[in-house]
Amino acid sequence: MIRFIGKRLLLAVPTVVLVTFLVFVLMELSPTDPAVALAGDNPTPERLAELRHMLGLDRPFLERYFDWGLHALQGDLGTSPVTHQSVISDLMARLPITASLVLLSMIFTLVIGVGLGTIAALKKGGIVDWITNSIANLLMAIPPFVAAMLLVLFLAISNPIFPATGYATLGAGPGLWLQFMTLPALSLAIIPAALLTRQVRGALIDALEEDYVRTARAKGLRRTMVVGKHTAKNAAIPVVTVLGLVVTQMVGGAVVVESIFAIPGLGSVSVDSVLKGDLVTLQGLVLLVAVAVTVVNLLVDASYGYFNPRLRTR
Amino acid sequence: MTAHESVGTKERRRRRSRVLRRLLRNRAAVVSMAVLAVLGLVAIFADLLAPDDPNKVALVLRLTPPSAEHWLGTDALGRDVLSRVLVATRVDLLASLQAVGIALVVGVPLGIVAGYWGGIGDSLLSRVIDALMMLPPLILAVVVVAILGPGLSNAMLAIAIVIIPSFYRVVRASTQTASSELYIESARASGCTSWRILWRHILPAVAPPLLVQASFSASVVIVAEASLSFLGLGARAPQATWGLMLKEASSNLTTSSYLIYPPAIMVAITILALSLLGDGLRDALGRQTTDGR
Repeated sequence: MIRFIGKRLLLAVPTVVLVTFLVFVLMELSPTDPAVALAGDNPTPERLAELRHMLGLDRPFLERYFDWGLHALQGDLGTSPVTHQSVISDLMARLPITASLVLLSMIFTLVIGVGLGTIAALKKGGIVDWITNSIANLLMAIPPFVAAMLLVLFLAISNPIFPATGYATLGAGPGLWLQFMTLPALSLAIIPAALLTRQVRGALIDALEEDYVRTARAKGLRRTMVVGKHTAKNAAIPVVTVLGLVVTQMVGGAVVVESIFAIPGLGSVSVDSVLKGDLVTLQGLVLLVAVAVTVVNLLVDASYGYFNPRLRTR
Repeated sequence: MTAHESVGTKERRRRRSRVLRRLLRNRAAVVSMAVLAVLGLVAIFADLLAPDDPNKVALVLRLTPPSAEHWLGTDALGRDVLSRVLVATRVDLLASLQAVGIALVVGVPLGIVAGYWGGIGDSLLSRVIDALMMLPPLILAVVVVAILGPGLSNAMLAIAIVIIPSFYRVVRASTQTASSELYIESARASGCTSWRILWRHILPAVAPPLLVQASFSASVVIVAEASLSFLGLGARAPQATWGLMLKEASSNLTTSSYLIYPPAIMVAITILALSLLGDGLRDALGRQTTDGR
């Protein structure tokens, strides 16, 4: 298992490095001069030269990239030319916020997706199956930010159950945190939950048709026991695969949802950086997201061995 | 025309009509095609259909709820929402065509070349594509917009970059399977040039799975355009797009909630139609796409 994870990790490193390199290349090709963007109106040539020196733009491209990479390895992602703050400490302060949002959203996804999917699979072909399928199809067509606006409209404005915007840390108490995070997490969870519903339904129907299920039923095991004990674990693999994909989607969705709810996470920092021309922070963000996605994929791969021992030897 | 060609084309034509029959039996796919056709007509004739000038500001009429005069009400500047949502259909569909078009023009040749010739070029390209696919689509789009600067055309270019990897992968995989087929080998043996094989044999084999992917990608584009415009990174006021209309609706959510429905419903209908059409196409094409043939 450890060798398997180690091998996967080694394979992932070049990809992460390549992502950061590609973004560096793209920024190099950019038609806009970051120094001009930062300097404001009517900058003097001296001011521009000073800014260029500060951003390192007067040095060769590859040298800059290696320099950035070496510092990044030591946990230093540079200083934002806009806020004059350390990029890594800014991002690290925001990471738990987005992570907690994604985690809660994941819980919603699991509860809704597994619940509806199981019901649909057990009632396969019936009216309940048809209704859940239609709902899942419909929900797939609602982008997170539209879902967010509708949820705010119905659960914060028309019926003031949840606050419309704002954020509380988990440290301020789980109740308060949940109050602020429920709507954002729910808006991120809608499409993944719909996806998962379909996936769980399909996986469970396949698993229920296996021979060992018939055997278990024939020896007198109750249906709930068979579904819970035998099929659930086998149906889990495609489900975990979808969950891994969903995390990536959620981080993307957080970009819009965080700005709607004014949550100071990684999503809103990406939008702020773009609007202010802060490419240094964006570069750091790309690295952080790439690493996070790698870790999630690794966890997904590692979990396959838990659900299906036959895969452990490979 | 050589013998193997006529056999190949005839077989292909027969398969095509079978696929079409299967697609037409799928009710959801037929409805989706009809919806998309209507959306296309709305986009073309938006100017004629719009009851009012979509950019005519009338501050006296600001934020009036739906009435006989303004069927969907007016926005914060007193502009007619119905006219704006109709015109936005044109802007959104054109923008999606633009993004999908760019992605096709870049992704398809790259995928064919990588899949047909393989080698170092293929491994290098595939690594780059893997790296691009690692980032969440919206984060990648935001980074590209940061580099190019905001605006609808740049946003569409950014989204094209986001969807190129999926086109590349589909095309590369089906090129690989197609080029090991017997009829390609016989074409090669009878002296066809590589370009001729790519054009006459590989491209038609790649087209069906590509069509499915394009349908799904188009819905990704619609969402991405709306998201970027919503964030202020895409289309700019006073342009009318669904994303911008949603942005304007969100700032008036407490007082005028009726503003959110027209653009939200248009976005949802378009995505639903595109993804159901994609499902239908995939089912109709059957084995050809599921196992990469």
